[in-house]
Amino acid sequence: MSSTVDKVWATLEHLTDPEIPVVTLRELGILREVREGADGLEVVITPTYSGCPAMGQIEDDVRACLEQAGIGARVITQLAPAWTTDWMSDEAKEKLRKYGIAPPHHTPKDVSVVKFVRRAPAEPVACPLCGSTETTVTSQFGSTACKALYKCLSCQEPFDYFKPY
Amino acid sequence: MSTPIDYLLHLADNAVVLGQRNAEWCGHGPILEEDLALANVSLDLIGQARLLYQRAAEMMGGDATEDKLAYFRDAHQFRNYTLLELPHHGPLVGYAAADRDYATTIVRNFLYSALMVLVWDKLQQSKDAGLAAIAAKSLKEASYHLHHSRDWLVRLGDGTEESHARVQAAVNHLMPYTEEFWTTSPAEGSAVAAGVGIDVWALRPDWDAMVNEALEEATLTRPNFHGYVTEGKIGLHSEHLSYLLGEMQTLARAHPNATW
Repeated sequence: MSSTVDKVWATLEHLTDPEIPVVTLRELGILREVREGADGLEVVITPTYSGCPAMGQIEDDVRACLEQAGIGARVITQLAPAWTTDWMSDEAKEKLRKYGIAPPHHTPKDVSVVKFVRRAPAEPVACPLCGSTETTVTSQFGSTACKALYKCLSCQEPFDYFKPY
Repeated sequence: MSTPIDYLLHLADNAVVLGQRNAEWCGHGPILEEDLALANVSLDLIGQARLLYQRAAEMMGGDATEDKLAYFRDAHQFRNYTLLELPHHGPLVGYAAADRDYATTIVRNFLYSALMVLVWDKLQQSKDAGLAAIAAKSLKEASYHLHHSRDWLVRLGDGTEESHARVQAAVNHLMPYTEEFWTTSPAEGSAVAAGVGIDVWALRPDWDAMVNEALEEATLTRPNFHGYVTEGKIGLHSEHLSYLLGEMQTLARAHPNATW
């Protein structure tokens, strides 16, 4: 890795998700790659949900940050491989939990689409406040597309669960 | 002459039309959680439509853009299933007399997402790498849409006498429109021949199984249907699409190139 590439990573390191400001874009797996392309530096980002309204903001933040640091780089949006919550580090998941959002479980592996849809294995979601797994889903969509609404039956806390994607 | 571009437009138009319809619930949901849920489903669908329009515009070249495809084509140029453009109610009598009937919304979303999880799954192997990448993302979203609508289908069907009657009326009203899924349009034919699209007919047994199983759990009956098959995907639409597009396109047409 060249020092220029390292410098770009370091510059972008502090950028956080506009809606979940406790995790960085790198930790979320949105900031994929910094590389030296044929026409200069390239920063690769990948969208989370197709319609996530934060993506425009994220791209603007990356551009503004690069500009401020005087780095000339192109920002490229790349769809494949599709973003997955499995890219989130354990550290990032712990930060989410402390922030009050239950972190995502791993996505189900090797399950056919039809089977997955019929009966999703109901892994217990632990309450981020008291840790109890006696929780119940209120709605599969919460304040954003990436989260579901849950309620803890032990401490009564309503909370968000970052859904596996 | 149909090309794989028409196939991309078919997929994109499906997503944008249902996205627009579902968004009509924004601020009017039967409960707050469902207001949020439908808005989130719409966001996913409109996001998918954008990616598909962008890919189509890329293939078309010239001055094609996602906005031109969404806002500056007229009803007869849209290639969505008729099912998706219908209002949120059945014939305006009896239980379904409200302007918006949530049972109709739920049944429509269920029937469509049950198809799309199968379609997106197969399209991950499309020879068009752009489409395959969109499919991989959309599959994850469609799975959640299916979970959501299937849960509500069961909850309403196996609920009160009234909720059961209303959701059964919605099933009776909408099921005939799903026949359109299984006829091959010229766009689908050319996309299959090019290895870009998939043969939707092959998905029917899985779709039937998914639908029948859910209806059974919801204590609902699947109506028998033989008769007229709608042809929205070749541009022959019901009267409802023009009104939907009129609302969706008015801003872009009144103020071309406006930004904020």
